[in-house]
Amino acid sequence: MLSFLHQQLLNDYQQDFPLSPTPYLDIANTLGVTEEEVLAAFSALAEQDFISRIGPIIQPNQLGISTLVAMAIPEADMSKVADIVSQYPEVNHNYEREHRFNLWFVLIARDQPHLANVIEQIERQTGFKTMQLPLLEDYFINLGFQLDLDSKAEAILVSA
Amino acid sequence: MIEAIDLQLIVAVQQGLPIASRPYALIAEQLDLDEAEVIERLSKLKQQGLIKRLGVIVKHRRLGYQSNAMVVFNIPDALVKQMGQQISQFQFINLCYQRPRHGEQWPYNLFCMIHGKSREKVLQQLSYLIANCALEDYAHDILFSRRCFKQRGALYFPLTTITA
Repeated sequence: MLSFLHQQLLNDYQQDFPLSPTPYLDIANTLGVTEEEVLAAFSALAEQDFISRIGPIIQPNQLGISTLVAMAIPEADMSKVADIVSQYPEVNHNYEREHRFNLWFVLIARDQPHLANVIEQIERQTGFKTMQLPLLEDYFINLGFQLDLDSKAEAILVSA
Repeated sequence: MIEAIDLQLIVAVQQGLPIASRPYALIAEQLDLDEAEVIERLSKLKQQGLIKRLGVIVKHRRLGYQSNAMVVFNIPDALVKQMGQQISQFQFINLCYQRPRHGEQWPYNLFCMIHGKSREKVLQQLSYLIANCALEDYAHDILFSRRCFKQRGALYFPLTTITA
């Protein structure tokens, strides 16, 4: 069951996790529960894979260089090509999407030559071309993901 | 230029803060720093905007948001900034970026992301967005996600590069 405490932890601490020596205790004090309860709830959320981690999101292109990449892959080759792409440590968020351009991933490298090199390797290894779509401008300010946790999400947690 | 210590710190916290009473002290121990310095450096990086946010990174698919769509528009260059800012105001929009077009095969320059609990809901939200931002005249496309092959936060960088 996704308790009220779980929901608060999921919704209220995406942006400004406390930067103090005892952040979990601070959260506990804010929410009127004990530190043990907060630690147990976060552990449960992590173990059941509802959160990937508590950590930083880095502003794109501030450290190194990144680009969104799209590829148009025939259905029969998709699994093989996706696996090759996923193996690169420079790749994250590798998704299949419904479009002629059906494989989408983000590449992060330390500089332009490193990025170009990884792209060249991917094209050579898979035999397919890439389309590079680097970020030109970020318009999004309202950060974090506002969850509307209704009975559906609870049902998922129960079945987990 | 970022200091080497800050880079090491980012790499360490990107693995995730420990779920323990003194998480920053544990990170400090790994890096041979003290707890206060870790907190101070992270606060500074956040203030500078290099860390865009620090907190819980949720798995939206697991939380019932099964439908994730990348929505792309072809907006005239003169209007793209204004449209981008306007689109970003909507609650159901998660990201909004301008990216380059690639000729006829890819005429779109404005990208946004909608996470919804169902395909129908995402399509409803898209219609609402188009009507409210007067986007009817611009070509758009919607790319629902199918399989997720890899979802992992950025690793800065392959570890060999930080010791250099």
